[in-house]
Order: sequence, then structure tokens, then C-alpha cells
Amino acid sequence: MFLDNLLSIIIFIPLIAAAILGLFLRGDDEAAQNNAKYVALAATLASLLASLFLLAGFDPDDTAFQFVEEGDWILGLTYKLGVDGISVLFVMLTTFLMPITILSCWDVTHRVKEYMIAFLVLETLMLGVFCALDLVLFYLFFEGGLIPMFLIIGIWGGANRIYASFKFFLYTFFGSVLMLVAMIAMYVDAGTTDITALLNHNFGTETIEVLGFQVLGGLQTVLWLAFFASFAVKMPMWPVHTWLPDAHVQAPTAGSVVLAAILLKLGGYGFLRFNLPMFPVASDLLADFVLWISAIAIVYTSLVALMQEDMKKLIAYSSVAHMGFVTAGIFAANQQGVDGAIFQMISHGFISGALFLCVGVIYDRMHTREIDAYGGLVNRMPAYAAVFMLFTMANVGLPGTSGFVGEFLTLMGMFQANTWVAAVAATGVILSAAYALWLYRRVVMGDLIKESLKSITDMTTRERAIFVPLIAMTLVLGIYPSLITDVIGPSVSDLLDGYQTAVADFSATSQFAEAGGE
Amino acid sequence: METIILFAPLVGALICGFGWRVIGEVAAQWTATLFLFLAAILSWVTFLTFDPFAHEGGAYTVTVLRWIESGSLATDWAIRMDRLTATMLIVITTVSALVHLYSFGYMAHDDNFDDARESYRPRFFAYLSFFTFAMLMLVTADNLVQLFFGWEGVGLASYLLIGFYFRKPSANAAAIKAFVVNRVGDFGLALGIFAIFLMVDSISFNDIFAAAPELAEKEITFLWTTWPAIELICFLLFIGAMGKSAQFILHTWLPDAMEGPTPVSALIHAATMVTAGVFLVCRMSPLMEFADWTQSFIVWIGLITAFFAATVGLVQNDIKRVIAYSTCSQLGYMFVAAGVGVYSVAMFHLLTHAFFKAMLFLGAGSVIHGMHHEQDMRNYGGLRRKMPYTFWAMMVGTLAITGVGIPLLYLGFPVGFAGFVSKDAIIESAYAAGTDASIVAFWGLVAAALMTSFYSWRLMFLTFYGEARGDHHTHEHAHESPMVMVAPLGVLAVGAIFAGMVFYKPFFGSDASVDKFFGNMKVEEHALAEDPVSPLMLGAAHAAGEDGKEHKRAAQVPGQGAIYIAEDNHVLHEAHLVPKWVKLSPFLAMLAGFLLAYQFYIRRPDWPERLAENQRYLYNFLLNKWYVDEIYDFLFVKPAMWVGTFLWKKGDGATIDGGLNGLAMGIVPFFTRLAGRAQSGYIFTYAFAMVLGILVLVTWMTLAGGN
Repeated sequence: MFLDNLLSIIIFIPLIAAAILGLFLRGDDEAAQNNAKYVALAATLASLLASLFLLAGFDPDDTAFQFVEEGDWILGLTYKLGVDGISVLFVMLTTFLMPITILSCWDVTHRVKEYMIAFLVLETLMLGVFCALDLVLFYLFFEGGLIPMFLIIGIWGGANRIYASFKFFLYTFFGSVLMLVAMIAMYVDAGTTDITALLNHNFGTETIEVLGFQVLGGLQTVLWLAFFASFAVKMPMWPVHTWLPDAHVQAPTAGSVVLAAILLKLGGYGFLRFNLPMFPVASDLLADFVLWISAIAIVYTSLVALMQEDMKKLIAYSSVAHMGFVTAGIFAANQQGVDGAIFQMISHGFISGALFLCVGVIYDRMHTREIDAYGGLVNRMPAYAAVFMLFTMANVGLPGTSGFVGEFLTLMGMFQANTWVAAVAATGVILSAAYALWLYRRVVMGDLIKESLKSITDMTTRERAIFVPLIAMTLVLGIYPSLITDVIGPSVSDLLDGYQTAVADFSATSQFAEAGGE
Repeated sequence: METIILFAPLVGALICGFGWRVIGEVAAQWTATLFLFLAAILSWVTFLTFDPFAHEGGAYTVTVLRWIESGSLATDWAIRMDRLTATMLIVITTVSALVHLYSFGYMAHDDNFDDARESYRPRFFAYLSFFTFAMLMLVTADNLVQLFFGWEGVGLASYLLIGFYFRKPSANAAAIKAFVVNRVGDFGLALGIFAIFLMVDSISFNDIFAAAPELAEKEITFLWTTWPAIELICFLLFIGAMGKSAQFILHTWLPDAMEGPTPVSALIHAATMVTAGVFLVCRMSPLMEFADWTQSFIVWIGLITAFFAATVGLVQNDIKRVIAYSTCSQLGYMFVAAGVGVYSVAMFHLLTHAFFKAMLFLGAGSVIHGMHHEQDMRNYGGLRRKMPYTFWAMMVGTLAITGVGIPLLYLGFPVGFAGFVSKDAIIESAYAAGTDASIVAFWGLVAAALMTSFYSWRLMFLTFYGEARGDHHTHEHAHESPMVMVAPLGVLAVGAIFAGMVFYKPFFGSDASVDKFFGNMKVEEHALAEDPVSPLMLGAAHAAGEDGKEHKRAAQVPGQGAIYIAEDNHVLHEAHLVPKWVKLSPFLAMLAGFLLAYQFYIRRPDWPERLAENQRYLYNFLLNKWYVDEIYDFLFVKPAMWVGTFLWKKGDGATIDGGLNGLAMGIVPFFTRLAGRAQSGYIFTYAFAMVLGILVLVTWMTLAGGN
């Protein structure tokens, strides 16, 4: 039965296509370029089709991992894949967005074959992250995914691409090293690299001394911090977010789409897979810390977004603010918060992807991202104005779009955890309206005065077709969010049950210890 | 039927907005309009046949679709039908249908667009219909999140319509301002919803209302301290209401919103959307009744707004801005009523105001249309002969808003124009409530009534009387508007004249008649209603208070009935027993305002100029709207931009990146040397590091795994 290997099939279809392109496609004429594009599109569509079987066969009420594949691998390592309610939708998000991404770079002419290969490899690696149930495998996919992204920025990026990829590297490097060390420590402690086993392993919480500091929560806290360092950079969280605006500005449109829509979610997924369930005591101890950084991130980056002069930078900062809702929701550690965080990540995938595509549409025509270079586009591009309006509104979280559900649920979760944080974060709702509508006004509204824009044309059929699925998802999820919450609900609830039990046990024992000590 | 009322405007909007290329512009406009008329007719049927006592709790719910569900949070798309909803339905659909019709004439030609090239009309109609849909979602919600959907949906429609003339920078600025200021209110509303969920574990109205008495006993920790839960919740919800209803400190967007086409001002910024805040407070009456502090806060804000807006209205020259400030002021009246606990009276004024204010705006639109989009009243004058229908319509509207009627005459209802009946009801209630705030409110509202009268007559005199001023050419071509514009005025005029008298009993009659209308069930009746007894008995449950004996209200269960009136809330009853001079005072104020205006603008037209000269500072203060916009610019807008730039350049740029770059200068050259090639050096370094990492991991595992 092919369903036994369904996850492997989904993950490796793009890689196989990439190998075929790399090995067999020769030449760089137009025919070869088209072949490369069609192969890439077919592969991503095949992967999407396969993932639909995954969704159909997935049973949300079963909170264990499903579609599990396990086998021996090189060097005595284990190859283990599986999905649960938390990860399955990220797989869907990835397979859904990749064909759109491929279509969006249909007009690229520079080293097309390599470009397609980079995206295909990237898809495999991202899918692998969401499905991996073995530490080594996870690490391989997680870190490996950044290499094609470096290449995409470094080869097909803008003028200042070297600086951007340098920054990207610098940030991610330190996080990776720490995570690697933490993984080794986990292996030493638990004796396994199997993630399902690690999820059931109780990491030590006795206070230990590190470099002269008493560390409350012991081993859990140390491991938590190491993972946090890595995921916080990927998210990215304030104050380690500054690589993102530069990376976005230099990345080509399709690169930005993947970066914002999928790569940023790796960090959030990491929190949900590692920090929260494996180190619940540490998460609880450090929750306020994370909540506060998230709240600061939301206000800080929203204010910065307000003043941007470059469209992509503005949207990048807006992404950081939205990810602030995600991290706060996760560490609010209640059903609404975590449900909301996952919802927000999925929804942000569609919305931010669409917004970067919106920038791409006019960048392709005018070759500038400078906000001041535009104005009055609605006069000549009414369809574009309508699409951009829809996603601007989704970005500010207008009810009826998917953006609202995530923001609303995460804020609701935050409010139960810490009212201060919720109040500060909720001001982001005001600020987002300010920067998003101001951007829209400067680019789209007004009279069309600039001479250079006088002959600009509205979206082509291909461009419109790209937006259709994104519009549909944004509205459908806004009106009927149960499509997502039904799938994630049981798994999240199960995760939180374990979390609450662990936290309660810890506070009981530490009180007992205190009482015994007196 | 409820479902049809709710979705007809949406269907109309979609067909009109997306289908006009197929069916043609005119057909698209008719589609939207006809769907609206369908909704309006069905709304009236619903309103007239609705019997609250036929339903448990005086309301019934139609569930359409599941919506947001997460843990114990469960919300649906649903229609809650009770008397409040039914009342709002007729207000919204009636005015909206008439405005649709009116827009055929008003939008027939627009200088802001190129008729040959641009199809702006279907877009306009689609926005109007979409707005109506969102507003209906707001009032039919059975939970706070759906209400929030409608709340922000109307905000979106308002944004789109204010910015309809997208080429005008001022329109774009006004649109953003409206949206953002409303978001400030939404911020409060959202926090209020979260607080309710935290305390009640549900956000459906039925659950919230049922929990109200317990909630009154509870406390909630919010920010730095502990609050009485119900006060905090009501306060936060009211912040939302302040934003949407343009109450003082969050009012600045409403006058600017006049940048939109005039039919929009009539529908959204006078009759319906801006009253959503009043509706919210009335809807939440089961909570508000337990929140004394917030109630008096509402009275204060309502009073300040009513007074402030009236003062500014005195000196404005743009005809639409005068009416806009007037709207702001009248909304203040409604909040005072809600704040002193007579929610039915607040709804009463909401209803009558919808008719006469929509009419004033549509009348003003007719004038603007006839005068080729001239809006400055200083360039009007003597138009009553040129535009007789419009003149009479505006006259009815003015008589209604200033509150003309026959004082002290009572024929089972007071005799007068709609505004006379409902506004006096508010002023009398404020006096009857007898708290400190409400007594001040009484005097403030009487003063505001004087100013209302003055600025309304000033508008009439400047526009329709005296000599023609301004551009000669425009005046020569001034013309009456077509029938499609005048006919809606006629319908609204009927409302502006009779709505007060017809709806007096259900909204401001005896306790019994109000309770009967809203389906407010008493405790013992509630018990009775459990087994099916004829609802006929219920109306006459207590008439004891009417004959001068001490007034007693029977206890009501919160949530049983569309509005909740606490046992110790006798304001509605006592408002009928206020001294004669109290009943007379708004009438006298109205008269004084009229005479002053007459003196200033008919008899001695040079006086306004001279007064403005003499009182230069006061005049400028009022003309510049108390400088609120300038203060906000200084306090919020400029600092936000400054902080944004600071955080960007100094925070991200100098501190974070600066620190990193410094760090990097030490490390990176080492790695680049290692990798050899500068160009793709970082990538190789990274890959190298990763492979190294995996090697370390694998080695460790093979070694340790052996144990």
C-alpha cells in the first residue's frame, strides 16, 4: 500500500525532480528553461496531490503520530517520519504554496534550471522538518533548508545580497551551534534520538549550577534556552530580527514568498515540537519572559514598519510583528493561545506570501520597491488595487479574513496568561492598521501623477491566477476556521494536558521540597 | 426570513460589485437597490409581527454556520432576533434602501470621475450594500465576536466609502483616520471581550447575561491592580462604543469622514454605523445595570460630547460639517440616556434621529448636487425658491432636530416632531435620574439644545434665505434635484414628523408598555412562561405605580427580554413625573436658539462677523474644533513617527546591527579565510559547519550508543 510511505513520497518527489533536472537537463535556451519550469511545477503539484491523500487519511481525533515510517538509515541512525495534528497542516501549507511560488517566478530568465532546483530542494527540506521524528533527521532538514535559501538570495538576489546572506548566516549560526549541543545533551540524558520517545521523557528539573548561577528548572531550562536561541532567530523574535528585513529586501520575489510564508514557521513549529512539550517546566518559568519580548516585538516592529520607505522592508517588519503574536500565543500555553498561534502561522503563510507577491507584481514592472516611486496605481490597475486591498485588510486582521482568527485567539490566550502583555500587544492592532493603510494609500491611492507610471499595466492572467487560491484560502479560513481548529484542536489539547500536568507536578514537588527544608 | 434580510444586501453587493461587467451598470445598481428594498420590507414585517413573549427569553436564534472554536470558546455565525435587533433592522434597511434610491440621482454624474472611462457607480452601490450587510451582522449577532465582525466590517465599508474619491488626498487621509481612530476603540472592545471570556468562559450573549449577577460580585486582575469585574468589562466595551459613535476624545474622525459622498454621510455617518455604540451599550444593558461607575462615566462622556460638538457646530461653514457635529452631539444625548439607565429612550432617539438626520444629510446632498458640489454655506443663500422640495424637506428635518412641538400637551403621547418627543424624553430622564452627573447632564443638554437650535437655524437661514452669495454662475444654474432624490426625502419626512408620536408608548411610555414591547419578563412571569400561559396576561402585570403610589419594579432576570432594567432603576417611571419647568426647558432653549439665529442671520446679518471679530480667540478656538486634532498630532502622531524612526535607525541600525557587526568583524574573516572564497564564502562556511555538526552528533551517538 503506497500510503505506508506517503510522507516519504510527499517529501522526496521534489528532490527527485531536482535530481532529474540536475542530471538530465542540458542547455540554457528557452526550451530548456521552459522544461525546467514545467518539471518543477509538475513536481510541486504532484507533491500537493499526494499531500491531499495525507489530509484525507488523517484522523484529527487521534493525537498520536500518524503515517509513521521507521527504518534503519546510514551509520546506525534511524529514519523516522510521522505527523500529528500540529504538523500536518504545515505540510499542507508547504505543498500548497510551492506550486504558487514556482508559478510566480515564471518570468525569471537567469539560470532557471538552478533556480528551480533550489526551490525543489528547499521544499523537500522544509517538508522534512515538519515530518521528522528523529533528532538527527530534524537537525539535518532544519539546518539544510537554509542552504538553498542562501543560494536563492546570494545568486538571484538584489545588489546588496552578500551583506544580507552574511547577516542571515551570522544569526542562524549561533543558534544552530547551541541547538546542536542541546541535542547531544538530550541524547545523553534520554538515550535516544526518537522524538516520540523524547516527548515522553522527563528531563530533569532539579536546580543546577551553571557557571556559578543557580538555574531554576535545571536541565530543562538549559536545554530550553538552547533551543529557544535557535528558533527565536528563525522566527524571528525581537531583538534578533534584523536579518529578516535585509534578507527580504535582497531576496527575489519567490524567495521572499517562501521565506515569509514557510521558513519563518520553522521556528514556531520548533517551539511547539520541542520547547513546550519537552521542557514544560522551563517553558512555564520563562513564559513571562517570552510574552514580554513578544509584546515588545509587536509594538517595536510596528512602529518601525510605520516609517519604512521600502515596501518589502515594511512587510518584513510587519511579519516580525505578526510572529510576535505567534510566540506570545504559544507561551500563553492555553488552548486559545496555541490554537491561535498555529492558525496565525498558517494564515500568515497565505497573507504574507500574497503581500510579497503583490510587491513582486509592481517590482516586475517598475524595478523599484521604493514606496515614493509609486502612487495612484488604482487608476491603471484596478484589479491589482482590489487584490492588494484584500490582503492589506487581511494583514491588519479584519474579521472575515484568516488574519483575524489568529490574532483574536492569540490575544485571547495572552489575556488569560498576562493582561499587561495582552494590552500592550493589542496596541499592535492599532499600529498595524496605521502602517498597512498608509502603505496602501501611498502606493495605490491618489491621482496618477508620476510620468513613469503612466503606461503601467494591470495584472496578467497568470498573475491573477496565482492570487486566486490565496484569496480563496484567506476568506475560507476567515469564515470557516473550523477547517483548521478541528484538525489541530485535539493534538493541542493533548499537548497542553501534558504540559499542565508537568507544571503542576513540578510546583507540588518544589513546594514539598521547600516545606521539607524548613 | 431573518436569513434573507441578512444576506440579501450581501448578495446584492456581490452581484453589483463583480457582476456589473456582465449585466451592465444600470442593472447592477438596480439589483443592489431591489435587494435592499426586499430586505427593508421583510424587516418591517419582522418588526411588526415579532412577539417577544412567544420565545424563551424574548429572543430566538437562527444558527447559520460554525465559526471560531477553540477549547471552551465556541462561536457561531448566528442571528439573534429580539426587540433590539428588530428595531435596528428597520432603521438600517429603511434608511439604506432610501439612500440606494437617492444615490441613483446623486451619483448620476460626478466630476471626480471620468464618466466615459470609469465605472464608479457599481462600485459605490456595492460598497453601500456591503456596508448594510456588515451593519446587519453587527445587530443580529448572538455573540460578541460576530458583533466584532460587523463592527469592523462597517469600519471597512466606512473606510472604503470615505476614500471613495481616491484622487483627493484629503479623502484618503480622512479614510485612514476613520479606520485607525476606530481601531483605538476596537482595542478597548477587544479587551472587553477577552475579559468577559476570562470571567464567564463564554462570549455568547445568553451566557453573559445569565452570568451578570454573579459577575457583579467578582473581581478581575487587570494591569496593575484588581477591579470590580463588571465595571472593567463595561468600561472597556464602552471604549469601543466611543470609537464607533465618535464620542469625545475619539470623535475626531467623524467630521473628516464628510469627505465621502453625501449619501454615505447620511447612511453611515448619521443614521446607522455611528449609532452602533449606542446599540452596544443597550445590548449590554444586563451588564451595564450593575456597573454604576461606568454608567456615570457614560453620562459624563455623553454630556461632554453633546456640549462640545454643539459649540463647534455653531461656527462651521461647511454645510456637511455642521450636520456632522450635530450628529456627534445627538449621539451624546443617546449616551446620556443609556448612562442614566433608560435604554429604551436611547433607542428611541436612535430611531427618530436616524430619520431626521438622514433627511438633513440627504437634503444637504440635494443642495450640494444642485449647487455643483459647492459645500460652503457662505456661498449659498436664497435657495428656497430654486429648490422648493429640498427646502421643505430640510425644514421638516430642522423642526425635528431642534425639537419643535406643543409642550405640555398630552394626547396619550406628546404632540410634536420626532426629535421633540425623543430628545425631551432624554432631558427629562436625565433630570429624573437625580445623580450628580445626571443633574449636570440635564443642564448641559438643555444648553446643547439651545445651540442645536441655533446652528440648525443658522444652516437654514444661510442656505435658503437672504441674498444669493458666492459664484453668480453657480447660482444661476442651481436646480431642484430629480425625483429619485426627492422621493426618499418625502419618505424620511414622514418618519421625522410621526416617528416620535407613533413610537412614544413602546419606548417611553409606562414601565408596563416598555416592558411589553421589549419582552422584558419579570421573575414570576418568567416562571409562568415556562409553562405555556397566554402571553396576553403579561402586559398588565403591574400598573400599580401609575397612580402616584410608591413605584415598584418587579425583579427581572438579566437576559430575559431585550433590555434589562434593574429592580432599583425607576428613572423611566420618574421621568414622567418631573416638574413642569423641566419639561418646558428644552422647548424654551429651542425657542431661544431660534430667535438668536433669526436675529443674527435674518435681521442683522452683519452681527456674526462683528462677534467673530470681537471674540477672535473664542471664535478661532471653536472654528478649530478646540484644537483637538492639533493636540493629537502633537501627542500621538508625531511621537509615533519619531519613535518609529528612532527605533529603526538607532535601535535596529546602531544598537542591534552595530553590535553584531562589531562582533562579526572579529569572527567572520577567520571563517572566510577558512572557506577561501569571499563571494559564496558564507554559504560554504555554513554548510561546512552543519556537516561538521552532524559528524560530531553521529560520532557521539555511536560512541555513547555502545554503552
